[in-house]
Amino acid sequence: MNRFSLHELALEPQLLQSALRDPACGGYVSFEGAVRDHNEGRTVRRLEYEAFAPLALREGERILTEACERFGLERALCAHRVGSLLIGELAVWVGVGAAHRGEAFDACRYIIDHVKHRVPIWKKEYYEDGDSGWVNCEHCAAPAQPPHGLVHQHE
Amino acid sequence: MSAAPLYGLVLAGGRSTRMQRDKASLDYAGKPQLVRAMELIAPLVTRAFVSVRPDQLHEPQRSAFDTVADLQPGLGPLAGIQAALRAHPDHAWLVLACDLPFLSAPTLQHLIARRASARMATAYRSQWDGLPEPLCAIYEPACAPSIEAWIEQGQRCPRGWLSSADVELLDLPEAHALDNVNTAQEYTAARAAIGTAAIAARRVNVRYFALLREQAGRSAEAVQTHARTPQELYRQLQSERGLKLDPQFLRVAVNDEFGDWQQPLAEGDTVAFLPPVAGG
Repeated sequence: MNRFSLHELALEPQLLQSALRDPACGGYVSFEGAVRDHNEGRTVRRLEYEAFAPLALREGERILTEACERFGLERALCAHRVGSLLIGELAVWVGVGAAHRGEAFDACRYIIDHVKHRVPIWKKEYYEDGDSGWVNCEHCAAPAQPPHGLVHQHE
Repeated sequence: MSAAPLYGLVLAGGRSTRMQRDKASLDYAGKPQLVRAMELIAPLVTRAFVSVRPDQLHEPQRSAFDTVADLQPGLGPLAGIQAALRAHPDHAWLVLACDLPFLSAPTLQHLIARRASARMATAYRSQWDGLPEPLCAIYEPACAPSIEAWIEQGQRCPRGWLSSADVELLDLPEAHALDNVNTAQEYTAARAAIGTAAIAARRVNVRYFALLREQAGRSAEAVQTHARTPQELYRQLQSERGLKLDPQFLRVAVNDEFGDWQQPLAEGDTVAFLPPVAGG
């Protein structure tokens, strides 16, 4: 089974949790990320997630492998939603199982941080005022024209 | 005011000093490059001319075409442009160097389609230094007095004139279209490139996500391109598809794996440009 998965329907934490169970584990930590009703001072009505699925699955899997090696985990899973989500819906779930609680907390944090920064998933926010915007993308416009001066060299 | 009709001028009056043989007669794929340039330009203009020095008027290859002879030899390419503007002052001129072996019809069509006839000229921005490329550009009739004055001041550089004039500057749709060939060494390299698939257009699949998908108005497409790397492909699509994100903020994926902006592209590759991600 893929340890990193993308879902078009609501995530089911209990089901995911049960897949983590392992007699070698003494500590389980899970993280649930939900859709918040505000961001950067604006009221958010809903979100849309879009993924580049083949690469997202691959990169997600790599992050889980890294976490297992680094923190000596027995189990690690991550599930991420795609499509349209309302306020309060679960967007991402991370769960890990380790022999002891310390590694479990650290690994869970490592996974969610790396998923946010590396996996090709994009988030579009729809605001109360009817406006919308792609998170982290709206300040990346190219300058209208590259700068050029009048001085140049001849061969 | 309607646009002036467009004539074509292929510059073949250079002395080819670095090449040490007549550049006009260098051949690519069995065709002298002067002939190639004239064939490229002729269908796009009302009438096409070869720009020559007075002493070249009877050279057989050049005299097979209509010619415009320099009036003030020693000015370099500016002499050809000056002579053409004086010979037909009511026409605009699409001016081309004869030594642009990578230039293709779409690049010329792109220039003509975006011609700003109310300005003095329309030119491409050099992919190397951002300055105007004078030898694949459209010169409007209105630029004649300004060019004459420029020559009067003792200036010889057409790039300098374009840099100081009211010019419409465009991004090149194909990154290497204006690479020119001045030395015997460059000629050998260009012939090899043209003779092999390295320079042939290849078909690649492009995928767009999130904001780029919205800007492109599509999530995927197949593209015929001369781009050799994802970086060149992005530059081409930036102008063709109106992509507005600065590539410094993007990552690239080739065949569903993270890739490098400089890696060579192959026929059939799938390239995805990835805006900043925001999972979680």
